[in-house]
Amino acid sequence: MIKIRNLYKSFGKLEVLKDISTDIAKGDVVAIIGPSGSGKSTFLRCLNLLEVPTSGQVWIGEDEITNPKINIMKVRQKIGMVFQHFHLFPHMDTLGNITYAPMKVKGLKEAEAKQKAMELLKKVGLEDKANEYPVRLSGGQKQRVAIARALAMEPEIMLFDEPTSALDPEMVKEVLDVMKSLAQSGMTMAIVTHEMGFAREVADRVFFLEEGRLLEDTPPVEFFSNPKTERAKAFLDKIL
Amino acid sequence: MNLDFSQIVPSIPFILKGIWVTLQIVSVSLIFGFILGTILSIFKIGKLAILRWFADAYTSIFRGTPLILQLFLIYFATPQLTGIDISAYAAAVLTFGLNSAAYVSEIIRAGIQAVDKGQREAAEALGVPYRPMLINIILPQAIKNILPALVNEFITLTKESAIISTIGVLDIMRRAQIVSAERYIAFEPLMFAAILYYIMVMALTLLGRLLERRMRRSD
Ligand SMILES: Nc1ncnc2c1ncn2[C@@H]1O[C@H](COP(=O)(O)OP(=O)(O)O)[C@@H](O)[C@H]1O
Ligand SMILES: [Mg+2]
Repeated sequence: MIKIRNLYKSFGKLEVLKDISTDIAKGDVVAIIGPSGSGKSTFLRCLNLLEVPTSGQVWIGEDEITNPKINIMKVRQKIGMVFQHFHLFPHMDTLGNITYAPMKVKGLKEAEAKQKAMELLKKVGLEDKANEYPVRLSGGQKQRVAIARALAMEPEIMLFDEPTSALDPEMVKEVLDVMKSLAQSGMTMAIVTHEMGFAREVADRVFFLEEGRLLEDTPPVEFFSNPKTERAKAFLDKIL
Repeated sequence: MNLDFSQIVPSIPFILKGIWVTLQIVSVSLIFGFILGTILSIFKIGKLAILRWFADAYTSIFRGTPLILQLFLIYFATPQLTGIDISAYAAAVLTFGLNSAAYVSEIIRAGIQAVDKGQREAAEALGVPYRPMLINIILPQAIKNILPALVNEFITLTKESAIISTIGVLDIMRRAQIVSAERYIAFEPLMFAAILYYIMVMALTLLGRLLERRMRRSD
């Protein structure tokens, strides 16, 4: 589903990602963890070209998105992204947020888009908030709307960049629950997270990044009980 | 000191007609400036370096030289360079339009860039192309910053428009000067003109406040 070969990314002189190569299979749930500033967000953003890799290759399905000729807009429709700070459109209500891209990008009729949006809202437990504006929603509700908005494009892959880091503690669970059921439905997911319990329970693999290197790619049980690298050990000691 | 406002009473209708002239020139200039300014702002936020450079240079030149000099160049130098005579009215509108385009383009650019960049990324991640992203996502949020600043530009233009009296356009200022010369008095006609400008500026200020409140309500 995702193939990454020799991925490098620099911002000016700062080399943020160094020689990352890996594959993510269809249905895989990958938890990406590592210290702050290690390049987790940048790595995720290279997968939908919000950041353009300095060198290396990335394939999404059959499409090599690092090929300058690729129609990235088309590929992005297959990849949903959820941000730490939600980034809901403040001038649209919940339904507006969810139906905008399917109507504008995929040309869905309003009635059809709305019907689908309502189904998604039901899935994330927010049917009663269909006509609320983002300012009137709690953080947890905003993030669930953001997930529904991404799912409305019927993506094959979902990227999450610290989806619960901006939430009050009591709202973390409602968002993780939605993600968990998404994982169980077979969605391919890459999740940058500090929720170790969630990573252990839901992920198939753990990527450990430090200073731009992919130091570990290990199943969670093994990673948390017996990490291969000293650096991962040190990191786990610090946070657990 | 002997002030006698009754002396200008017969000339009041003559001066009042200047309101229309001033408003007309200012509004036409602002519309012209808005259209050109919008185009320049699109250049400024766009990807093409040459267009960005052009728009920045344009803004820099019009903001970096005196308005009255721009007016004289267009009014007096155009005939010399092109052989085409330009009316005072056209020169005024052209100067103020070109000049305010520089300011308006900055207002729009700043308004757009003040919108959280996460908004753009969210739209991009959904596969929304550039134009609908700009029109449906960014501009509706930027307009909150842009509209009040545009009203300020309107106010500035209204006041500065008085310099068109120097090329003979019969605006409020020019008419006050004519009355002053005819009747050998300075204070009364100028004071009257000042009051007219002040009322116009206050009316625009009020409009600006209303707009701002309206914008905030939709937050
Ligand atoms: N747009 C950018 N311009 C310059 N430096 C950046 C940019 N984005 C991230 N960085 C830098 O790249 C490094 C990795 O950032 P990031 O991927 O956000 O790390 P993480 O998500 O693991 O905390 C940091 O040092 C950060 O300051
Ligand atoms: Mg990050």
